[in-house]
Parts: sequence; structure tokens; C-alpha cells
Amino acid sequence: MNQSIFTAQALTKIYASGEVEVRALRELDLDIAAGEVVVLLGPSGSGKSTLLNIMGGLDRASSGRLYFNDLELTSLGDRDLTTYRRQHIGFVFQFYNLMPSLTAYENVALVTEIAEHPMRPEEALALVGLEARMDHFPSQLSGGEQQRVAIARAIAKRPEVLLCDEPTGALDSKTGILVIEALLSVNAQLGTTTLIITHNASIQTVADRVLFFADGQISRIQKNEMRRAAAALSW
Amino acid sequence: MRVLDIKLFRDLKRLWAQALAIALVVGGGVATLVMAVGSYRSLEETRTAYYDRHRFGDVFAQVRRAPKMMIDRIAEIPGVAAVDARIAKLALLDIPNFREPATGQFVSLPEGGQPVLNQLHIRAGRLPEPGRTEEVVISESFAGAHAFVLGARFSAILNGRKRELLVVGIALSPEFIYAIGPGDIMPDNRRFGIVWMSEKALANAYDLDGAFSSVSLKLLRGASERDVIMRLDALLDRYGGTAAHGRKDQTSHAWLDHELDMLSNMSRTLPPIFLLVAAFLVNLTLSRLVALEREQTGLLKALGYRNIAVASHYMKFVILIVVGGIAIGSVAGTWLGIVVTKLFGDFFRFPFLVFVKSPDLYLMAAALSVLAAIVGAARAIGEVVALAPAVAMQPPAPPRFHRVLPRWFNIALVLSQPAVMMLRNVTHHPIRAAFTTLGMALATAILIVSLFTRGTMEELINVTYFMADRQDATISFVEKRPQDTVYQIARLPGVLAVEPYREIPVRIRSGNVERRIMLSGRPRDADLSRIIDVDLRPVVLPESGLAISDMLAQILDVRVGDLVEIDLLEGQRRTVILPIAARVEDYFGIRGMMDAQALSRLMREAPAVNSVHLSLDTNRLDAFYGAVKQLPIVGGLALQRASLANFRETVALLVTTMASIYTGLAAIIAFGVVYNSARISLSERARELASLRVLGFTRGEVLRILLLELTLLTMLAQPLGWIIGYGLAWMMKTNLAGETMRVRLVVENSTYVLASAIVIVAAVLSALVVRARINRLDLVSVLKTRD
Repeated sequence: MNQSIFTAQALTKIYASGEVEVRALRELDLDIAAGEVVVLLGPSGSGKSTLLNIMGGLDRASSGRLYFNDLELTSLGDRDLTTYRRQHIGFVFQFYNLMPSLTAYENVALVTEIAEHPMRPEEALALVGLEARMDHFPSQLSGGEQQRVAIARAIAKRPEVLLCDEPTGALDSKTGILVIEALLSVNAQLGTTTLIITHNASIQTVADRVLFFADGQISRIQKNEMRRAAAALSW
Repeated sequence: MRVLDIKLFRDLKRLWAQALAIALVVGGGVATLVMAVGSYRSLEETRTAYYDRHRFGDVFAQVRRAPKMMIDRIAEIPGVAAVDARIAKLALLDIPNFREPATGQFVSLPEGGQPVLNQLHIRAGRLPEPGRTEEVVISESFAGAHAFVLGARFSAILNGRKRELLVVGIALSPEFIYAIGPGDIMPDNRRFGIVWMSEKALANAYDLDGAFSSVSLKLLRGASERDVIMRLDALLDRYGGTAAHGRKDQTSHAWLDHELDMLSNMSRTLPPIFLLVAAFLVNLTLSRLVALEREQTGLLKALGYRNIAVASHYMKFVILIVVGGIAIGSVAGTWLGIVVTKLFGDFFRFPFLVFVKSPDLYLMAAALSVLAAIVGAARAIGEVVALAPAVAMQPPAPPRFHRVLPRWFNIALVLSQPAVMMLRNVTHHPIRAAFTTLGMALATAILIVSLFTRGTMEELINVTYFMADRQDATISFVEKRPQDTVYQIARLPGVLAVEPYREIPVRIRSGNVERRIMLSGRPRDADLSRIIDVDLRPVVLPESGLAISDMLAQILDVRVGDLVEIDLLEGQRRTVILPIAARVEDYFGIRGMMDAQALSRLMREAPAVNSVHLSLDTNRLDAFYGAVKQLPIVGGLALQRASLANFRETVALLVTTMASIYTGLAAIIAFGVVYNSARISLSERARELASLRVLGFTRGEVLRILLLELTLLTMLAQPLGWIIGYGLAWMMKTNLAGETMRVRLVVENSTYVLASAIVIVAAVLSALVVRARINRLDLVSVLKTRD
């Protein structure tokens, strides 16, 4: 196993939303190895998205520590977190979150313009099989195509980490499989550490490890000796 | 940042209607300033250039008869640069096919050339040729009113003898931009005109060979006008001089000054209000528009864009909209400014117009608009950027709602569910609701302040023409006449009643403040021309003491019972001290009045008259006019009805034209505000409304929730708008009040109704747009994501 890329120690997140206090993460400990494909499973509100958001520098922990290699993320300010995201992290969201006013190409270029060693937008789109649809606006693309644009956008800067929050959640199974395929091929070609949140238990078979979440903690970790190819998936 | 800029332009294209509405609000504010101040500056500059090129005098004096050798003596007064002496006389005119007697102001011209000062601008024809005593040049407005062309003929009664005159030239003069006949308060171009003729001809007619009756002086730069006037008065005293005066008391200049003052005051009062209101509204609208971009802001941050990059992206968005508005406003304002300058230029008959470029105005308006927009957007951007990206990308947490009413009180029994939702929404966003209401109230208010002048003008007409000066006509005599002239006038055909007046120029003084006014002695029980006090009640003149214009009392800072010093500028020229006995409500000029008998005692003279007010039998007007034309003692006849018609045609027209322009701009601003309020609240609540549609609410029901809110806020805004509007109108009225003219603030009910109606129409049109949007609401996609 490679060296750890993420190390979490007693990571805790408390949301004060309105009048209620929600403990989204409770003293969570975790190691993620570089190049690993990890699937996060668990019911809503079990803390998966919160963990991903904190790992991606989109949100901050209430207590505990989180390291990215030697960098302590939990001690960074807003400015440094932005730099961290810009240099290391790619995101894929459930609802794609494309800019509706930009074409597929331009949505990718949005990231390549501010990254340090990006690939060209058309290269990234080719990796997800969308080179022919570059000049389409999101509203002219199917859900699966939009999600693949989002993946192209996420990988175009050659991030070390790809964080995917229910990337297939809004898609039918056929398109969902295409998306998972795209993620795995990026992992294979670029060695990108990939974390995937899903509600879809069948996706767990493509991962190196599966983390089961319950109540803000990891209740169980499952190691897959054999990763299945995405093409073999069905749901 | 190339892709972000692409996004910027595409966003602008998508939101074009809202962007345009905001740009129009900005444009309205900018246009008002550029138009008002720009046209004022152009007119002011035009006047200065006109005065300079035609050598308009600085000091003016009338004498009965002074020998020409005095000209050299006058020129020796320190500070005098040039002297122009001439003969100036009022005379009745007899114009073919014009039944009313008209008055001519005759002014002599040197043989074969232009005068030294107050030179003519020849519009057509030429000056009279030497030796041609029947040739005259007439003022353009008078020529226009009678369709006189070169070669036209009319006659005049000069010193009791009828003379046939031939028009050889039509001209303008800086001295008679505003030509007001004796006894009149308004210019009447049909019944009063300026006639220039050769000095020899006038001198012969009036036995003034080698003498003059009027003199103007040009002063050296830095000379003391007061000193020159004192020395001039001393020189001319024994020739029957009636106190010299400066430009300030020259009728035409004073009126022009007042008109320009009014424009200037309007430009100092309304545009700042418009611009500030526009700025406030832009601030409000843009901050809401930017707040709507919360999720995209979060996404940009998630992708690694720095706060400063995200903020400047939205700043660019906001600034582009505002710059668009500034461009629209500058073009429209410049164009309107030219229209207004030409309108006033035509009205004043300026021979040419000087258009002043005012880059400072554009800069000022632009800077204020951009600043307002930046401040507004900064607030929203700051709030959004401060959120962690993960939070920003989520829709905002549901706001804390709580029960206002006790649980046992089921409001749903009283109000429909949509009404309850609407009320909860309003009460739980109190600041937003308050600002929206204030925005619409300001829209109503600027409409009121644009519209109120109409009612105020009607009040002025009512008080002046129907409560105070109710006479049908005023006859002014060439010189003061003995009291028994009244009986002569009373015997004229058609005369029903006569009231005699004695007018004396005086200087009135309290402390350091001094004004030159006409003091009129009048019958105590005068019924035709009444004195109206500040409470609009007719008052009887006190036996002793002075009644003065309320405005004059304010200028002198005196109350009833205070003493003022009066220099009598005619006869023995004494200085007396008199108590103030009443303050009079009047709207034109400043004046003093007292009992005629008390005045003749003060003057130490036998009772005399300068003018009489008449009540006429309208069936015998022709006979009356015919008789007046035969009377050599008559210098002028003023008709109230003609004066009122002229007032409506001139001053009221200018004021209402300006008011219409302002109203148009205010309406644009109002529409922009209401439309944006409706559109933005639709966007802000798209998700909520789509959810309702999914739950089975019909389009109509969803629309009703949104429109109920718009209706409630629009209605709440109206009374507030009326109050603010009245306050702004009061400010404007106070700013516009001057010595030449002022008004009493009357905001008619119809003004409130019209202002509110415009805002409500804007609301209804906006509602139609919102309805079309709700019909196109994409239920599924709205529930998933927001764009």
C-alpha cells in the first residue's frame, strides 16, 4: 500500500443550523492511501458529504485534525484553502453544478485557466468521451453528458484527489455506468486518489476499500481484494 | 479570467430585461442631472454672451429732461466705462384691425447707427436711415404677435399727436428680453412692443432737442455700482431723475434672472433627489440580484477561484449594468438638455445659443451611480463570499419562522393559505419588505414632486387673479395726474368702477438689508384689487403703517409692528420711518402698500394718481378701447384677462413642460424599481413556488401568493410615498421662492392619485411579466438546481 494522502484524527463537525445543533462528524479517524479508489456508503446525514467537504476544503471541521500529506488542512485559512483546492482537488457533484451560461468547453476552461499544469480542455473532454459535444451548453446535454463534463472539469487540472458526491445519483444506470467508467479510467491513467459517495451499493465493488458510515462515524471498513470493472456493474 | 468574462456577457444577455430596467433607473437619475444642470449652464452662458456682444448696460436711470452736456459729466463719474443717453417714452399705439389699445416703449436710436450700449440684434431689415423720421425698428415678439413684416404700417400717439410709422427693421435687444408693459405682471406681445426710432424724430415729438430722458451706463470691472448710482442720482436729481438702479432692478433682467434661477433651483433640487433615489434603488436591486448568485459563487470558490476573483467578477457584472445606464442617461440627458435649452432659448428669443459642455456633470453622475452600485453589490458579495463554499452551494437554510399569533388563533380560518404564506414571508423578511416598500414609496414621491407644480400654478392663478387683483383693466398714466383725473376716467364708456393708485419708487431698509420697491398708495376700502393676507383672507389696509409682501418681510426679517426706514425716491426725497402693519400674500415681485391719504401726507403733495384699476362692462369694451386710444394722458392699458392667458401660455407652460420631462423620467425610474422588485422576488422564491406547483397548487394560486405580496407592499408604499413626496415638494417650493415670483405649496389630490396610479400601472405590467414567467416555471429542474 502507498503512503497515506489523507489522515484524519478525531475529526468533528457540528452544525448549528437554525435552532438545532447537528453533530455531523464525531471524532472520526481515517487514513486514505494515494491512488486508492474509496467508496463511502451510508444513510443520509451519516456524515459522508461533510467529510468530503472538509477534505476538499469546502468546509471546516469544528475540532480534530486533518492532514493532506504533510499539510494540516484544519489549520488553514480561507486563502490557503482556496490555493489547496485549486492545486490538488477536483470535485464532481450530484447535480453537476455546471455554469449554465458556459459551453462544455468553457466550463472546463473555467478550471484550466487557473490551474498550474492543466491539460487542454479538449483533452479532458476526450478522456470522458465528449470531444464531439464541446460547444454545447449544459441545457443541450443529457444528464450523463453533463456529469461527464463535470468530471472533465474536475480532472483537467490533473488533481491528486477527485472527490465525487453522488456522481451517479441523478442518472439512470446506463449513464451512471459510463460515468463510473470515466472515473476509473482517470484513476488508472493518472493515479488520482478517488473518493466516491454513493447510495448505490453495487458501486462498492469497483473500489479498493468501502467505508460504511453511520451517525457521524465509520462503522465498518470493507477491503475488496478484487476490483470489478465498471462495465461489469449493473443496477 | 477569459471564461469568466464570457460568463459575464452571457449572464447579462440572460438577464437583459432586468439589467435594462436597472440601467434605466440609473439612466433616469443621470439624465435628470445632465439635462437640468446642462441646460441651465447653456442658458446662463448664452445670456452672458448675449449681454457682452450687445453691450447690455449695468446702471439705468430715467429723467424728465436732462441736457446733453450732462453726458460728459456722467462719463466723468469714477468707474463709468461708457454712457448711452437717449429718449425713452411710453405711447399708445393704434394698430389696424386690433381693437384694444396697445402700448409702445419708444427708444431713440442715434442717427444712422447702433447705440453705444444696449445694441440691437437686427433679425430682418435695417436701422432707420438718417432723416427718415417715420421709419422704425420693432421688437421681434411684437412683430410676430401682429404678423408685422417689413413695410408694415401702424400709428402711435406721440405726445398727443398721431404719427404714421413704417416698419423697416425687426430686432432683438438684451434690454427687452422680457418686455412687460406698464401695469402688467406678464409680458403680452400683442399689447406691448418696443419701437426704436430716430432720435431726431422722437426729440421733435417730445420737445427734447438737445436733451435726453433715459441713460444707461457700462461700468468698469470692479467699480462700485452703489457709488456710481449715488453720484448719478446726485447729478440727475434736478432734472427730474427717479433714482437710478442696477441690473437687479431692470425689469427684463430681473425676470430673466428669475427664470434662470428657477431652472437653476430645479436643477439643484430635483436631480440630486432623482439621482439619490436611483442610486438607492440600484443599490437595493443589485444586492438582491447578486445574492441570488449564491450557488454559483460557491461553485467558483469550490473550483479554486479566490474571493477577490469571484468578487471582481460580480463587480464587473454590476458595473457593466450601471455603465450601460450611465450611457443611456448621458445620451438622453444631453438630448433633453438641448431640447430644453432650445425651448427656453426660443421663449427668451435669444439670437443664438451657446451649448456648454459639462464633463464634470457626467463624471459626477457616473461616479455617484457607480459608487451606489458597488456599495450595494459589495454588501451582497461580501455576505456570499464569506460563506464556506460547501454552505454557499446549498440553498440557504430555511429562515426561522415563528408564530406571531397564539396557537389557538387559527389565522387560516380568516385568511386563505396563500395569504398566510404571503404574510409570513413579509413579516419574516422585514428588512427586505421595508426596503422594497421604501423603494416604491420613493418612486411615488419623485412622481409627486414632478407633478405638483400644476396644482401650485393653479393656486397662484386663483389667488392672484381671482382673489387679489380682480380688476378688469389697469390704466397707467404717462405722468402722475391730479386726483380728479379719476372722474375723467369714470366717465369713459363701459367703466363701472374706478380705483386710483399712486406709485412711488422707494428704498425700504431694515438693518443692513435694503430693497428698491414700488410703494403704492391705495384707497383703504379698495374692492377691485384686494389685499390678501397669508391666511388667504382679504384684509383692510390699516390707517397708518405699511403692508408689505410676505417675501419682503422675510428678506428684511421684520414682523408686524416692527419699524422700517423708507427713502422716498420722488419729490422731496425724504427718509421716513414707518411701522409694518400687515404681511401680504402675493406671488409676483415684492412691493409695499399703504393708505393713499397717508402716502400723500408723507409725500407732502396734493392727492395724485399714477394709475387706475377699472371694472368694465364687457358689452361696451369696443367703445372703451376707442375712448382710451384718444386719451394722450394714457401711457398703457393692462388687461387682466390677457395677463392671465399670457401667464398660462408662458410661465405655466415652461413650468409644466419641465414638470412633464421630470415626470417622464420619474415614471421610468418607478417602472424600473417595481419591475425589478417583482422579478427578483420571483427568482428568490422560485424553488418554493415550484414546490407548491409540485404539491398541486395551480399556476393561478402560485401567482396569487407572489402578487399578493407585491400588492401589499405597493399599497403600503403609497401613503409613505405621499408623505415623502409632499416633503420633497415643500423643499422644492422653498428653494424656488424668489423675489420675482414664488408659489404657495398646493398638492392636489389628483396629483397623489396620478403618482400612485403610475406606480400601480408599473406594478400591474410587472405582474404580467411575472405571470408569463410562472407559466414557464420548469418544475423538475427548479427543484433540483438553480441557475
